[in-house]
Amino acid sequence: MEWEIVMGLEVHTELSTKTKIFCNCSTQFGGEPNTHVCEICSGMPGTLPLLNKNVVEYAVRTGIATNCAITQYNKFDRKNYFYPDLPKAYQISQLYLPICRNGYIEIKGDDGETKKIRIHEIHMEEDAGKLIHDEWEDCTLVDYNRCGVPLLEIVSEPDFRSADEVLQYLEKLRAILQYIGVSDCKMQEGSLRADINLSVRKKGEEKFGVRTEMKNMNSFKAIGRAIEYEAQRQIELLEDGGTVVQETRRWDDSKGISTAMRSKEDAQDYKYFPEPDLPPIEISDEYIEGVKNNLPELPEEKKQRYMTELGLPEYDTNIITGSVYFVRLFERTVEVTGSPKDSANWIMGDLMKLLNDSQTLPENMAFDFDSLGKIINLVNSGKINRGTGKKVLEKVFSENVDPEKYIKDNNLAAVTDTGAIKSVIEQVIAENEKSVNEYKGGKTQAFQYLIGQSMRALRGKAPAQEVQRILKELLG
Amino acid sequence: MDILNMTATELGMAIKNGEVTVREALDAYFEKIEKYDGTYHCYNTLCKKEAYRRADEVQKGIDEKTLTSPLAGVPIGIKDNICTKGVKTTCSSKILCNFVPPYNATVIARLEAAGMIVLGKLNMDEFAMGSTTETSATGVTHNPWDINKVPGGSSGGSAAAVSAGLAPVALGSDTGGSIRQPCSFCGVAGLKPTYGAVSRYGLVAYASSLDQIGPVGQTVEDCANMFSVISGKDEKDGTSMVYPEFSAEEALRGDVKGKKIGIPRDYLGDGISEDVKNAILQAAEVFKALGADVEMFDMPIVKYAIPAYYIIACAEACSNLSRYDGIKYGYKSDKALNLRDTYIMSRSEGFGMEVKRRIMLGNFVLSSGYYDAYYQKALKAKKLIQNAFFEAFKQYDMILGPVAPTTAPKIGESLSDPLKMYLGDIYTVMINIAGVPSMSAPCGFDSDGMPIGMQIIGKPFCEAEIMNAAQAFEKATEYHTKKPNLK
Amino acid sequence: MTINKELVKYLESLGRIELTEEQRTATEKDLQDILTYIDTLNELPTDGVEPLSHSFPVTNVMREDEVAMHNTRDDILQNAPEEKDGCFVVPKTVD
Repeated sequence: MEWEIVMGLEVHTELSTKTKIFCNCSTQFGGEPNTHVCEICSGMPGTLPLLNKNVVEYAVRTGIATNCAITQYNKFDRKNYFYPDLPKAYQISQLYLPICRNGYIEIKGDDGETKKIRIHEIHMEEDAGKLIHDEWEDCTLVDYNRCGVPLLEIVSEPDFRSADEVLQYLEKLRAILQYIGVSDCKMQEGSLRADINLSVRKKGEEKFGVRTEMKNMNSFKAIGRAIEYEAQRQIELLEDGGTVVQETRRWDDSKGISTAMRSKEDAQDYKYFPEPDLPPIEISDEYIEGVKNNLPELPEEKKQRYMTELGLPEYDTNIITGSVYFVRLFERTVEVTGSPKDSANWIMGDLMKLLNDSQTLPENMAFDFDSLGKIINLVNSGKINRGTGKKVLEKVFSENVDPEKYIKDNNLAAVTDTGAIKSVIEQVIAENEKSVNEYKGGKTQAFQYLIGQSMRALRGKAPAQEVQRILKELLG
Repeated sequence: MDILNMTATELGMAIKNGEVTVREALDAYFEKIEKYDGTYHCYNTLCKKEAYRRADEVQKGIDEKTLTSPLAGVPIGIKDNICTKGVKTTCSSKILCNFVPPYNATVIARLEAAGMIVLGKLNMDEFAMGSTTETSATGVTHNPWDINKVPGGSSGGSAAAVSAGLAPVALGSDTGGSIRQPCSFCGVAGLKPTYGAVSRYGLVAYASSLDQIGPVGQTVEDCANMFSVISGKDEKDGTSMVYPEFSAEEALRGDVKGKKIGIPRDYLGDGISEDVKNAILQAAEVFKALGADVEMFDMPIVKYAIPAYYIIACAEACSNLSRYDGIKYGYKSDKALNLRDTYIMSRSEGFGMEVKRRIMLGNFVLSSGYYDAYYQKALKAKKLIQNAFFEAFKQYDMILGPVAPTTAPKIGESLSDPLKMYLGDIYTVMINIAGVPSMSAPCGFDSDGMPIGMQIIGKPFCEAEIMNAAQAFEKATEYHTKKPNLK
Repeated sequence: MTINKELVKYLESLGRIELTEEQRTATEKDLQDILTYIDTLNELPTDGVEPLSHSFPVTNVMREDEVAMHNTRDDILQNAPEEKDGCFVVPKTVD
């Protein structure tokens, strides 16, 4: 029997605003526990929320970039539940009037055709704190640093039919969010995470099956594996005559299995109602127009431009535009060097190798983006040779050294003074009488040997062509 | 100088003129508090140390004329649900019995900037839920006019302290009558400002869409000067509004000539005591004599006010009070061994019965299946109630009515029947639902000698108008000059 | 609306409180009285009325995205019944 998988996604992304959604605390990741916390985000009695205006702008940007209609009269609602990571015991969110609705993102469907994944809504809300399980004493520690960091929840329709579609969508969504500067989407820091609703049905059937939900998935690999596992689990269950139970399941990536989460023994009802502490937000046509006009170039537009205007090959274009961090590095490097071709070549070649060898994600490249262009210029102008350039890039990549200073400190500059090269080669000729004679006797390999000796004596810092030319000249 | 017989404004003037020092004022009040508060229990906490610590600095400011408010140097009592940095703020609840806020409410920052000095924190119904101050976990406050009677609530400590002269002026909060009703029961003046006129930042929330902080004073003048100090837009409260200019001077012309005053017939119907009804009708005569036009009109929506109020207030309360869980602050049950018990035991042991009742009612009206029938319905009723006021204000400049159907009941009479207690709020809750301002002022005594209060309800941001009317009445009568004999 | 003991128990659970059996019996009666009274609201026609959540039409109250820290960690933790390593402490949470 043929089965069809049906999935919908709820993606949470932390916005990269400077401050939290309802107070002036920093959103910076990490930090000692409870140091980015104030009376407001820790839920002290008597405190009131005050909305960060950039959160609204980022939400509108996201809505426009994902083809949504913007809700012009917005309200916030309270979602009430008890958990230690939620100090007010309610999350301020949007239930009745989410800020964006009815959008879509295009992916390539399993049949190879362009497919629209519909976005049901995007709403603004606040993140919860972090619970740290204490291994030594039988207790849990609560850190509110993350509490109140602004989130967008992006809810899709149940339009996915395969893990590949889900991953394509997530990659596209991540690229868009990064391009428009609303989130850094660092999955390992939890700033992009997905809940997957999954059900299966017999092919051709209209009715959806009973779905399960897997929460807070934060790696693409795990998402792929979890989908395959959960779909298979449901299919086997149904084929054996069983039924799927609607439940929340936790994916254990190390074991490669999902398990049902214990259902809470106390009654749960979110009791949504309009947040009385926050006045409604009205968004004018002019405001939307303004955000639209200032929207940075989106991935698809950039791809077209790189290919047609800059003449990059499609393969390189896809890789570079796949991450905004590559784009930033590429565009900066083009600015420094004036050469899109060289910039792309260095990124696709040497840099990509460094990333792969060290298992580094593009968002974690931690060097000054001016450095690559500087290296390219030094190589192109003959100040260092290609091999040295590669070595300098390694140092830039691992230690963020300044290329010019590093070359100077380590005496790596190419020897370009013809007189100096000449005297070194003369020395080599004097010390290798036998090879010189062999060369003069017609043995061409002897010439290669002499080049090698000369380069070694010059410690690789002279341009090979120049060495060749001078050697030939001196040998007559 | 008899410090204790001055109004707050008179005391401020005496301090400014150098007839009384700030320290002398504090001495006089703390001495009287020590003598009588054991009997009346107006205060939960005294701030003696903090008060004297500020005294010299404030005196210097007044002497150097950097502090120019009419109330500079005047001591004040604060309802115990308004956060005071470094001073316990308990809401008269066991669950917050040890809570010391790390910040000041905006009103505290403002009154301290004006040179006022906090005497202490005043008793109240637990989390402002109640009409008698009997739900306080620290014990009931006694009415200065009759020690066996309640002072009203929930700002019972505030009204009783001002009435008994244990504070020259005080702050209370009013969600459904919690300033006006105790003022009425204790024979003092009080203002429930327009929603958004005074910042709620630092007021421990009961029902966020209805709560307002307001003054409790010996006279209308005291309330007006106090309102000047605390009102105005606050950046920390998104629901606070830019106040369209309030001048105490303009509010204190004491003139009501030519004004049109309406009395809703529905405010004098079933359930009102004869004494209260007669006092209101006599007050109407006083206003007529002062040159106002007074007439009756119908406001049939009155009977829906209490259902709508208790739905909205309890819904918001159950959400606002969910944060008390024994984890971040306040009472934690030491019997709790797991997370579930930490919540359930801390809350069950920490909250009193009235609070639990309202939490349960709130959970009911918000729970799925009932939301539309109750909460949504109440929000529609809110719209209609506000419309009814706006309609009335097309005809009248102000609305006059009783504050409560009766005078203060005996201690112990009210708690056994919560519905009966709720029905006592019939004349006050509508004002909070509509968001409009209302001033309560003494207008008589019943046959037992207990004070009766009237309320004058105004258009949004027309506090000055109702103050003028209340002051005109005050000038023409002597109810406000009568003081209880303390025991 | 009719209240029964099961509903009272459910409401306790929603609010994370637990009444004694005696309190529960009294509460059942009290809630019944109150809700019966509240149900008179059904007599008020509200068709076509827009629900009013905020009393006055204030909109777009927002703040600038600028960092300002007013508290120290000690301020935030000073009221905590239990504290460890700069964190609040709760009994072990297991999902």
